[in-house]
Amino acid sequence: MPTFVNPTACNACAGEHQGPLCVYICPNDLMALDLESNKGFNQEPQLCSECYACVKLCPQEAIHVRGYSDFIPLGASVQPRRVENGLTWTVTFRNGKVLEFTYPSRSTPVGSSEPYKDFTEDPAGDLKGQGLAGESHWLGVDKLPSLAASN
Amino acid sequence: MALPVTETVECDILIIGGGMSGCGAAFESKFWGSDLKVVIAEKAVIERSGATGEGLSAINCYMGQRYGWNTPEDFVQYVVNDMMGLAREDLVYDVGRHVDSSVHLLEEWGLPIWKKEDGTYERIGRWQIPIHGESIKPVTAEPARKAVGQENIYERVSVTHLLTDANDPERIAGAVGFGVRENKLYLFKAKAVIITTGGASNVFRPRSVNEGIGRTWYSVFATGSAYGLMIPVGTEMTQMEHRFVPTRFKDGYGPVGMWFQYFHARVTNALGEDYTVTRDDELDKYPPYGRAVPTPTPLRNHQMFLDIRDGKGPMYMRTEEAMQKLAGGDPAKMDQVRQEAWEDFLDMTIAQALTWASQNIEPEVTPSEVNLAEPYIMGSHSGEAGAWVSGPEDLAPPEYFWGYNKMTTIRGLFAAGDGVGAAPHKFSSGSFTEGRLAAKAAVNFLRDNPAAPSVSDAQVRQLHESIWAPLETFDRHQGASTTEGINPNYITAAQALVRLQKIMDEYAGGTSAWYTTNGPTLERGIRLIEMLREDLKQLGARNRHELLRCWEVVHRTWVGEAHMRHLLHRQETRWPGYYYRADYPDLDDANWRVFVNSRYDAANDQWSLMTRPYINLVK
Repeated sequence: MPTFVNPTACNACAGEHQGPLCVYICPNDLMALDLESNKGFNQEPQLCSECYACVKLCPQEAIHVRGYSDFIPLGASVQPRRVENGLTWTVTFRNGKVLEFTYPSRSTPVGSSEPYKDFTEDPAGDLKGQGLAGESHWLGVDKLPSLAASN
Repeated sequence: MALPVTETVECDILIIGGGMSGCGAAFESKFWGSDLKVVIAEKAVIERSGATGEGLSAINCYMGQRYGWNTPEDFVQYVVNDMMGLAREDLVYDVGRHVDSSVHLLEEWGLPIWKKEDGTYERIGRWQIPIHGESIKPVTAEPARKAVGQENIYERVSVTHLLTDANDPERIAGAVGFGVRENKLYLFKAKAVIITTGGASNVFRPRSVNEGIGRTWYSVFATGSAYGLMIPVGTEMTQMEHRFVPTRFKDGYGPVGMWFQYFHARVTNALGEDYTVTRDDELDKYPPYGRAVPTPTPLRNHQMFLDIRDGKGPMYMRTEEAMQKLAGGDPAKMDQVRQEAWEDFLDMTIAQALTWASQNIEPEVTPSEVNLAEPYIMGSHSGEAGAWVSGPEDLAPPEYFWGYNKMTTIRGLFAAGDGVGAAPHKFSSGSFTEGRLAAKAAVNFLRDNPAAPSVSDAQVRQLHESIWAPLETFDRHQGASTTEGINPNYITAAQALVRLQKIMDEYAGGTSAWYTTNGPTLERGIRLIEMLREDLKQLGARNRHELLRCWEVVHRTWVGEAHMRHLLHRQETRWPGYYYRADYPDLDDANWRVFVNSRYDAANDQWSLMTRPYINLVK
């Protein structure tokens, strides 16, 4: 399901973000900037896995997906819109039926994680043991199981 | 050869790959070694890289020890049965006993997990919990990025080769690669290296071959580099003959676990028959695994395979039947089930939602086709290919222990996730956990072995020249033909990939061969892949994007060759439904309940294959 860019809507992120966000995020190095037109484009659509990373991130909602020609009949679309801590999806069927769904995607503000917060393990003293960082609290049971104990 | 500038990065721990395992390794290593310089090298951006970058709708590896749901012993018994008797029990147990802490941390960092009214986790199956997981990867990457520091994350860097010590080929010394976006070569000098890169999609010819080659079931970004990096330096590998053939919604490859386990849907053939009923007797042919509960995944595949082979398809997931039953005529309940059904795809396999919409499939009305996909070689999901690693000190018998948990047979080289063999069913949470385990062990290794390995400048120069060669080859020869893609002096990465996929499909039991092969067919396939490996020295690339594809196909070809050599060595059919050795059609526990291992000797360009014992630890 290769992505394509609507040239009317794409503004190459207008010089912000040190370049277009689709080019920044694409996990497969597919999205590129055409220097002549100053628009984003998919440079290798046959290796696009429809992961939607670029579609979800595009501030202009300029990126869409035209389903794989191998097996997707024309006319349908699936388009996300980022809402607070989630996404709203519009699913348009080939026959014109439209469904809309909103799902949460994270429960905390972006950037709020605190690695090792309240971890009580001693990085030197507990290094030889089998416990992982934070497990004395986060494992959920008092003692790390071991086979010696069970057999 | 004129080479671009080399950036040299010296560090204590180099983590190659920033997926779930890599993020786990990064997070854990800086807790135990806050004084250490830990570096991540990643070909994309860790917020969306790796197999979970698109999102997930479930955590498939969770014990629920705090609820009394399962023990690690339960997990070992389940996994060994699902793998038809072959998994490293020490490694599986190790993931099982730790994985809950990883899941609880992911929730703390912001992963929304479905809850029951009493606040406990909702369940899909015995080990699976549903999540609103569209952002599982950014949620996981954030603390990893904070832990190692922005300046230590090298993104858009493709690592192509590992480096061993100039005086000791069995000691790791670092890695080399190139900048995908910057005109640069890289040299990473490291005292310990953790391989967390991916298993392999697109080694076998996929069922969709045009644009759909990107719609692989396992991530198209997973190029087998976990194996393509480790095999050439002589790392001992295990179970490379193993593969996973997913039964999935046809073409879009949407997940089926929720449908089977949460919605309790059946799959029926064109005659309305359920193969788990009509093919029940087939399970008696594979004792003792056939009668284990649940039925091992390959045998479920095998039952469906027989229906399709006998011309009883198409096979339909009876979504309409399951949804009507769940709703029981209540429109509000139907609305809830519909929301859940679509979220399953929109969280992780958006192509399947588009497949449904494009074919006007409303799951509450219309059943949906399922099929057996092309094979995948991996170590994290239901696959068990990977490196032969040391187990943990308190679990591993002497045959499985050489000092540091998750260390390969190359000293200082650790693996996690797809890179660790014989340790399947880790999925996202288990891979993250295994990364953490490898990282803690790597810190221990560094405390005991603080000296820096020596790196040979000549070796680095030679590898850098080989990395850059496809660009040079294209430049030198492009004038020899008026058609850029047809030139006797080079092949492109895309052409090489098609050749690899054709060899694997036809000789190693891909879909067009009905997953069937035999000894002579494999021997012929190995001769052809040896020639392909020679031809890969003549890859041509027009730019660094194509150079990335060149090194991906090199890694995938190592996977394909190892897979065929292992298939040839194992003289039985252990996983019917994944592949069939026509010359050894039966499962042979008396002779082959052993791991098949291999080592490649670069100096002599020779492979050696051997077996290692399966040792039962959980009684």
